[in-house]
Amino acid sequence: MFTSPRQYIRRRIREYVFRRIRRQPGPIVIRRQRIYIVPTRFGYVFGLMLFVMLLGAMNYSNSMGFALSFLLAGLGLVSMHHTHRNLLNLSVRTGRHAPVFVGQEAQFQIVLDNAAATSRYALVVCPGEEETEPAHFDVPARGSALARMLIPASRRGRLSAPRFQIYTEYPLGLFHAWTWMELDMSCIVYPAPAENRLQPPPTAGGDSGTPDRIGGKEDFIGLRSYQRGDASRLIHWKALPRSGQLMVKQFADPVQHELWLDWDSLPGLETEARLSQLCRWVLDAHRAGKSYGLILPGQRLPPASSEQHRHQCLEALALFEPSRESA
Amino acid sequence: MKEYTASFSPSRLMAHMTAGRPLPPSTPLSHWTLFRLLACLALVVLPHFQRLPIWASVMVTAVLVWRGLVALRHWPLPPIWLRGMLAFLAFVGLLLSYGRINSSEAGAGLLVVMVTLKLTETSKLKDWMTVMMLCYFILITHFLMSQEIRTAVYVFGTAVIVTALLLEVSHPQGPLSPRTTLRSAASLMLQAVPLMLLMFVLFPRIPGPLWGVPVSEKAGRMGLSDKMEPGTISKISRSDEIAFRVNFLDPMPPAKQRYWRGPVFWHYDGRTWSEGPGMRLRPVSEPVGQGIRQEIMLEAHNESWLLGLDLPVEGPPGSIVNSAHQLLNKQRVRERLLYQVVSYPRYRLQAELPPVIHDRALQIPRYGNARLRELAQEWRRQATGPRDIVNAALRMFREEAFYYTLQPPLLSETSGMDDFLFNTRRGFCEHYAGAFTLLMRAAGVPARVITGYQGGQTSPTGGHFIVRQSDAHAWSEVWLPGDGWVRVDPTGAVAPERIEAGLLASLPEGDAALVERSSDIYWVYRMEDYWEWVNVIWNRSVLAYGPELQKEFLERFGIKDWYRMTLVLTALIIGFLAILGAYLVWQARPHGPDDPAAREWERFCRALAGCDLPRLPHEGPRDYAQRVSQARPELVTEVAHISGLYIGLRYAGADDETALRELRDKVRRFRP
Repeated sequence: MFTSPRQYIRRRIREYVFRRIRRQPGPIVIRRQRIYIVPTRFGYVFGLMLFVMLLGAMNYSNSMGFALSFLLAGLGLVSMHHTHRNLLNLSVRTGRHAPVFVGQEAQFQIVLDNAAATSRYALVVCPGEEETEPAHFDVPARGSALARMLIPASRRGRLSAPRFQIYTEYPLGLFHAWTWMELDMSCIVYPAPAENRLQPPPTAGGDSGTPDRIGGKEDFIGLRSYQRGDASRLIHWKALPRSGQLMVKQFADPVQHELWLDWDSLPGLETEARLSQLCRWVLDAHRAGKSYGLILPGQRLPPASSEQHRHQCLEALALFEPSRESA
Repeated sequence: MKEYTASFSPSRLMAHMTAGRPLPPSTPLSHWTLFRLLACLALVVLPHFQRLPIWASVMVTAVLVWRGLVALRHWPLPPIWLRGMLAFLAFVGLLLSYGRINSSEAGAGLLVVMVTLKLTETSKLKDWMTVMMLCYFILITHFLMSQEIRTAVYVFGTAVIVTALLLEVSHPQGPLSPRTTLRSAASLMLQAVPLMLLMFVLFPRIPGPLWGVPVSEKAGRMGLSDKMEPGTISKISRSDEIAFRVNFLDPMPPAKQRYWRGPVFWHYDGRTWSEGPGMRLRPVSEPVGQGIRQEIMLEAHNESWLLGLDLPVEGPPGSIVNSAHQLLNKQRVRERLLYQVVSYPRYRLQAELPPVIHDRALQIPRYGNARLRELAQEWRRQATGPRDIVNAALRMFREEAFYYTLQPPLLSETSGMDDFLFNTRRGFCEHYAGAFTLLMRAAGVPARVITGYQGGQTSPTGGHFIVRQSDAHAWSEVWLPGDGWVRVDPTGAVAPERIEAGLLASLPEGDAALVERSSDIYWVYRMEDYWEWVNVIWNRSVLAYGPELQKEFLERFGIKDWYRMTLVLTALIIGFLAILGAYLVWQARPHGPDDPAAREWERFCRALAGCDLPRLPHEGPRDYAQRVSQARPELVTEVAHISGLYIGLRYAGADDETALRELRDKVRRFRP
């Protein structure tokens, strides 16, 4: 506490503020009670400069000098209200938060809605302490703006969005107005896929595992109409202009390409390593257009090849909790 | 580690911001913003160029141009030792040019140079903000030099521009259009104006100076001199600059009595009249009849003379009356001064003449002007008393062929007055006054030369009285036993129109053209006069508002001391800010949708919400109408009609004025 009183005071103020905010799903409207405002360093310098100007005007009994000093003092006071107004009645809600892998940065999108007829300028969204080179954005009148928070994802699982502040020093940089809030957003962090080129062990009825290539050795048996979730690599584009419909190529013996990714097929590895490897297999299988299933202790996802299935598998891997019995 | 970015979604609702081309780290601002900043700085500094030494002006311009090139060509900024050296050299240079560093000119010069040198190290946004703030400081120094209306207009206009640029700098992600920033800056300033007026009137004016006014070298102005020789007054008369303005609080005296007493000259050295050593005595004056009160606004003239109607008896507090009964200020008049004088046009001055004054008033040089002295002696022999001598001189001027002209021929060095009286006989008021006084002294009558002004005109707009340098005049005073000092104006004997109608009326054609004067075109003259009057109001009401005027003005409202002043001021400021805050909050209120049909629909939904049937967020108009009809069957037709109209207007693309009006009408009359 005594090493740095300013830091200490700031920490205590933060604690006080944080006690007052709750995690909400949004939309959160920034009302007067949520906004705090203090002069910036420039505000103090400006005040000092005004004081000196006033002394000078007094010394020389200079009427116009008084007028200018008073005008600038009025300007400072008025700008305080404007800075406050810059944040007032903004509505903040959650945007998209797409899943990421471990080691990447999770993007939390925040949408700010400005229902008023005046634009808001030079706002900053900041998850922690103020940055040295913050990025500012505006919210137009009766419009919205999108801000993104990038939070590094270091562990797999569910990453909750932290508290963040929105601050502004517009219009004149004399006052700093800010508000803290916590939106209920979280995103899934998938485990990092393993780097190796290990192939999944063959499953019953499967082939040796050489990756199939589209238009390769297997038999092409015909076209069927496109269904949602089909891999885009299988679409027969040439048929489109002729028939006006999306057609998907079908190959013989689909059973040959069915793949089961099994937890138990990796006995020697740690939990995280197993998850990592399974993740890699899922990604590879999906990219190859195969249909794959996933077996985890306590979960079994039947084979499919859609985008949604990929997400379900990865999510299962991400949220996997090892149970007490050994695998 | 934790970072974030902001991005814009190109949806229809969101603004598309065009960012200026971002530059490498030496300038976080775009080109255009930077050029605007430099232009603004140049504008702010411009009036100082006429006062700065040449090298400083050149340096300032060079640095401004260089900084623009740095941004364009990506030159590096100079290292710290070079910057320090430049600052030191500039400081020393100013010290040498001005001789001192603590005068207001040197101080302003130092400020300008240092702010310009700050440009050599502006790399971050906060450096630019500092520069902009210092611009405000430079602006106030302009007022130290001049407080005229045009200066005020320039300074406040430039302050708005500086504010606009501060707005731009506070918006670092890209330049705002100059129109937006100027408009915002102007509106901010306008909102600050009521606060300024409140503080201007109520803020306690502590009388200065607080730390002593440093000596400022004002340029010498046209005006009366502390010496008189042939040519002095005629030189002054060529200018029509205003010497002073008078507001007569009592009725104005006739033209014959409009003499304004300036410096009085006792000593003659053969060519030049001067004041001579000062004497510590105040002459006894016996005023006769009514006094005339005048309020005089005197232009700065760097001497301590206070002009006033002859004879000025009571001056402003702190003024002195010297041995020639001239009014003097305790300091030199370096700035326009407003003061009150009480004068008595009828008086008896110094009925008893102390011997030392008697001797001084008879001083003439031993040699030179022999013919003049002979003439004077002859008059003395023939006269029965001093009055006869005065009349003889006046008769001579009146009856013999003397001419009044602005361009008399040059006189000889040794016996100029002889030359004038007997040869050339052409002169201006200083010749006549000087010659007359010399004649009187040579004849044994104590006399002295008075300079000042005679005449003046009333302003058609303001009604006040204007005396210009072209009204400068010299006359004489003789001491007569029983009457004291009596004014004698020999010019009146030669050119009586001068006294009655002013200079221009009395001069021959060629001479009159030499005098500067206001336009002959009537409306131009009226415009100038009107502007004159505006300036007078400006000076009297705004510029002169100081501790005394404030106290006088506020006492009318019952505010008597500083404590109450501050209290009322604080209360009013808080009140105004509260109103402003409320207005701004009202401006930031959420607006309804733009579409008028949607607005009516909202109103309709609000009306129903009042009856516990609010529209749920997911309900479209058809579903909602259905639900309402089920809940309140008696409203079926109305609800169906309204929702049908709304759906048609909003979704079916019907852009029908009548339909909209009908919808509006129906919604207004809807009473669930």
